[in-house]
Amino acid sequence: MSDVIVVDYGAGNTRSVRAALTHLGKTSEVSSDPGKIVAAPYVVLPGVGSARSAMAHLNATSAAAAIRDRFDAGGPTLGICLGMQLALEMSEEDGGVEGLGLLSGEVVRLSAERVPRLGWAMVEPWGEAYYFAHSFAAQSSDSIATSDGITVAVQRGSFLGVQFHPEKSSGAGLDFLGKCLSRA
Amino acid sequence: MPLPRLIPCLDVANGRVVKGVSFVGLRDVGDPVELATFYSDGGADELVFLDIKATPDDTTTMTSVVAQVANVLEIPFTVGGGVRSVADASRIIESGADRVSLNSAALANPWLITAIADRYGSQAVVVAIDAGDGVVHTHGGRVATTTPTLAWAIEACERGAGEILLTSIRQDGQRTGFDLELTTTVRNAVTIPVIASGGAGCAQHVAEALRVTDAALIASIVHENPSGLPGLRREIESFGIQLRPIKERP
Repeated sequence: MSDVIVVDYGAGNTRSVRAALTHLGKTSEVSSDPGKIVAAPYVVLPGVGSARSAMAHLNATSAAAAIRDRFDAGGPTLGICLGMQLALEMSEEDGGVEGLGLLSGEVVRLSAERVPRLGWAMVEPWGEAYYFAHSFAAQSSDSIATSDGITVAVQRGSFLGVQFHPEKSSGAGLDFLGKCLSRA
Repeated sequence: MPLPRLIPCLDVANGRVVKGVSFVGLRDVGDPVELATFYSDGGADELVFLDIKATPDDTTTMTSVVAQVANVLEIPFTVGGGVRSVADASRIIESGADRVSLNSAALANPWLITAIADRYGSQAVVVAIDAGDGVVHTHGGRVATTTPTLAWAIEACERGAGEILLTSIRQDGQRTGFDLELTTTVRNAVTIPVIASGGAGCAQHVAEALRVTDAALIASIVHENPSGLPGLRREIESFGIQLRPIKERP
């Protein structure tokens, strides 16, 4: 069994997340196998694709149910970007998509001055800059960090979700990922 | 607002980084993976790779470069040159690039912007505009079209582009500063970020650009002295521009 299962959405690129994990000395594999998702020491829900197609794929492969079972059992899971957004109850993207509902709240279109919100931005209260590329953002009572007033990290139980891309955030991102994995 | 970005641009031909003074006499300055890592360690916020020799029959070389870069690079990168279809964009994004840059292909087939954005999100689509005398140019800036720059920028934004890479043909290669008026005019007309390109000769030029827009593309200023990137960042910051704090990789 690999150290980390990177959940497959059936689309997009998981190479960067796996490269960052390799850099941190962790083995990983891309899978949507429910058994592996439940049993893995650590699971990453990466940030690729659109909400509707990602959720459809997670439901069709029973990965969605496996992620919920894992959450109920306290298995540590990190959601990145879309992977964080899918963990909430509902997303406005693609005309409305029902999420996994692990955390409270919903995902709404950003009302920032420029959308997509692209680039490095400070995250408070952590005092680090991470890389963002998003047009939607979470509104959740499980918020634990913000950037420019936007919720960019949510946590409940064993699930931690971040809007930024740690795998694209150089030293700060690797440091963050390393800390997440060491808590597992 | 996110922090302003400093983006080195690497010209690639046949899988190698070249410094294009002109197409005649390209000088090979190295391995894309090595140079990308070097710039990333030096504090580049993002990178752009432009395949300057992209031909329809050779798409595998660039795809392999993209995959190799994605395996080692922990900052975002955009790939342009030779993206003519959704299939081209898929190949590059699924090999590990964060975004593709469209230039003349978008001008010829504007629906391409929407098709790629629908599949990968707006943040994955950069529209590159070579602007001069108020109109868009093609063929590396050599051929003027009748399309007004501003109208095209607005259309690209409406069709789903996530960013505009705006090159001033007049300033490109001159090293006398960015075209701030052009950059400001385009940025005020759209609701997406704009990368200024063309004309960086010193830190002050970059600082001036970052005061009016979201990011600056740099080429010869950094290629001539790749180990000078951290110093360039410090100099830009001395003009009052806040760049991201650099944290060493663990």
